Amino acid sequence: MAWTRKVLRVNLTQGSCVSEPLNMAWAAQYLGQRGLASKYLVSEIDPLVDPLAAENKIIYATGPLTGTMASTGGRYSVVTKGPLTGVIACSNSGGFFGAELKAAGWDMIIVEGKSPRPVYLHIENDKAVLLAAEDLWGRTVWDTEGTLKKRHQDPLLRVSSIGRAGENQVLFAAIVNDLHRAAGRSGVGAVMGSKNLKAIAVRGTLGVGNIADPKSFMAAVAAGKKVLAENAVTGQGLPTYGTQVLMNVINEMGASPTRNHRDVQFEGARKISAEAMHEKRTTDGKTHLVTNQACFGCTIACGRISRIDETHFSVETKPQYWGASGGLEYEAAWALGNANGVDDLEALQYANLVCNEDGMDPISFGATVGAVMELYELGILTRDDIGLEAPFGSAEALCRLAEMTARGEGFGKVVGLGSKRLCTRYGRPDLSMTVKGQEFPAYDGRALQGMGLAYATSNRGACHLRGYMVSSEVFGIPVKTDPRETAGKPELLKAFQDATAAVDSSGLCVFTTFAWTMNDIQPQIQSACEGDWSLESLLQTGERIWNLERDFNLAAGITGKDDTLPPRLLNEPCKTGASKGMVAELGKMLPEYYSLRGWTPDGVPTAATRARLGL
Amino acid sequence: MQKSLHIDPGKCTGCLQCEMACSYENTGLFNPATSRIKVFDFHHEGRKVPYTCTQCAEAWCLNACPVEAIKIDAGTGAKVVVDAICVGCKVCTIACPFGTINYNHGSGKVQKCDLCGGDPACASACPTSAITYIDADWTGLERMRQWAQKTDSAARV
Repeated sequence: MAWTRKVLRVNLTQGSCVSEPLNMAWAAQYLGQRGLASKYLVSEIDPLVDPLAAENKIIYATGPLTGTMASTGGRYSVVTKGPLTGVIACSNSGGFFGAELKAAGWDMIIVEGKSPRPVYLHIENDKAVLLAAEDLWGRTVWDTEGTLKKRHQDPLLRVSSIGRAGENQVLFAAIVNDLHRAAGRSGVGAVMGSKNLKAIAVRGTLGVGNIADPKSFMAAVAAGKKVLAENAVTGQGLPTYGTQVLMNVINEMGASPTRNHRDVQFEGARKISAEAMHEKRTTDGKTHLVTNQACFGCTIACGRISRIDETHFSVETKPQYWGASGGLEYEAAWALGNANGVDDLEALQYANLVCNEDGMDPISFGATVGAVMELYELGILTRDDIGLEAPFGSAEALCRLAEMTARGEGFGKVVGLGSKRLCTRYGRPDLSMTVKGQEFPAYDGRALQGMGLAYATSNRGACHLRGYMVSSEVFGIPVKTDPRETAGKPELLKAFQDATAAVDSSGLCVFTTFAWTMNDIQPQIQSACEGDWSLESLLQTGERIWNLERDFNLAAGITGKDDTLPPRLLNEPCKTGASKGMVAELGKMLPEYYSLRGWTPDGVPTAATRARLGL
Repeated sequence: MQKSLHIDPGKCTGCLQCEMACSYENTGLFNPATSRIKVFDFHHEGRKVPYTCTQCAEAWCLNACPVEAIKIDAGTGAKVVVDAICVGCKVCTIACPFGTINYNHGSGKVQKCDLCGGDPACASACPTSAITYIDADWTGLERMRQWAQKTDSAARV
């Protein structure tokens, strides 16, 4: 079984917490986490709802393998209609919160309505109550976690909360658990803020059981751990260098979007790379990196724990930042660094700490700063507008804008709208490096043609985690493809998207797929869960989830016309690197992609496709 | 040969595989809350430290128990709580200088590491060898070897 078969339904308007049985018919079709929570969401809300209205709902969902010994089995997802994009938002987080929720006996929490005053949800196994949070409002994630652990006299309490960014409804506000693991993207934190829900604090001592075939499960888990340990990426690269192992690799091939995608290579990349994090600083003789850290159950341990330089201008008077803390991961380093031309590692870490502390997505924040800096260099935004000088490369501007955005001060309120709304406000929507309103992550869609298609078709706006074509186009996993080539990419992307949707619904981390194929994952799911979880069934589940999300987005008013890329990627070629002279050839791939998906030329699933998938 | 658990905190990533393995071995559930080995996270120092019973030769818990519910496993040397005898008085939890014998309100008994009868599940589950099960007389051997290597200056000349 693996599911606890229990859903906690919290109505903030009424102040009620009610247990209800998990819909097992849906679990058989959607597995858990991303898929199952999406099924609940689309069944319960109007697709046209204002994401920040009381009528929107927000779901925190574990997968069947969450809280088990399966390596990386600690994930949970937050699913809601996203305020940044207006499409379905599904943000996945690690750390320890998800497993704790499962150990408390819950597969998911569905939160609906809006509380008249700030509250937090306290869960101790089967007891769930809403408690006053007026005193927590206006405080950071870090402060909130510490305060709740003291208040409940429980250092093992796991907390998922919003900081001031979520309260201020920064449209890319994140939900942060365990100090620095985040359901980061699409503004899920703003939805939590709109509902006056400050935090969820959970303690679970019931444990996770109900494994369908324990003996087979333990064997499959051990085999999976062995594969991860013996793989060069998951066994050595990620533990040693973290995701930052990508910084130099992606930059050297000319696939690193730089200065709001004006360039594809950043001359300062080496200074902010994984290798730089291992070097001793001249100021204090210490390395930036302190250690690596695992999320719950993870035998890869890619997480970075770093210590900022106490003499750096950003923190020299702020000892609260001097201890070891999370960062930098590659996407954050890129967005805070390359995207706005800043090569000061300590400044990036400071901005990253602010993002963690107050709950902001560093990708969207950093990329929006990139747009601000381009508008500043074009003279469209001035010092008077912003309150400071903001040329590309300014570490001071980056650090100050992070504080202003998180706290809702001055121009920070405009940054908090995200790049699309900001660029539109200043008359240059073409300069917003977004798809469906969400900022690009750290790979250029011109240099990696498959990633261009992945961005255009992602169901949550620009995102690398919906179909990580980088695997194939850069690392040759599972097959090496030419990043400049468009042929074959639609088919490969569809396979990636469907498999990823299944993994995201299981409780496992998608980073395992650097080493694991579905052949490694399937036995773990099948032995844990009752029902048919054959390879075919899992991939069809993934495809079903993809189409379910697509249908919701279509009903929310997004169409095939939104499956596109900014004009810069379609018209301005890469200036340097292996893909010099290339633009994103989306037109060569999109029709074939729609056709392979069983969608009309306008990008709508056909009746036959819906029937085949049981939608 | 007597063996004992050897913990190298420098290798710990904080993944809690050991806690899950321990609870699964003893209760059939993945439940860090009932694990007999605990990983402590000293977050602002970036350190994670697994900690459990070291199986004292002269065990405070055993000596303090008023009903002789703690026995010595002849094979492993582990001090083992016999549930059928334990009355849950918790005197052993007061006696233990290290806090590694704990009351479990679910069972009404105390629990501690029993070395899984000689094949500790935590050590098998640990992905980084932060927890190993080795010759009890030589738990410091690897550390000695590392220091020996550093002090062997003649060979480097």
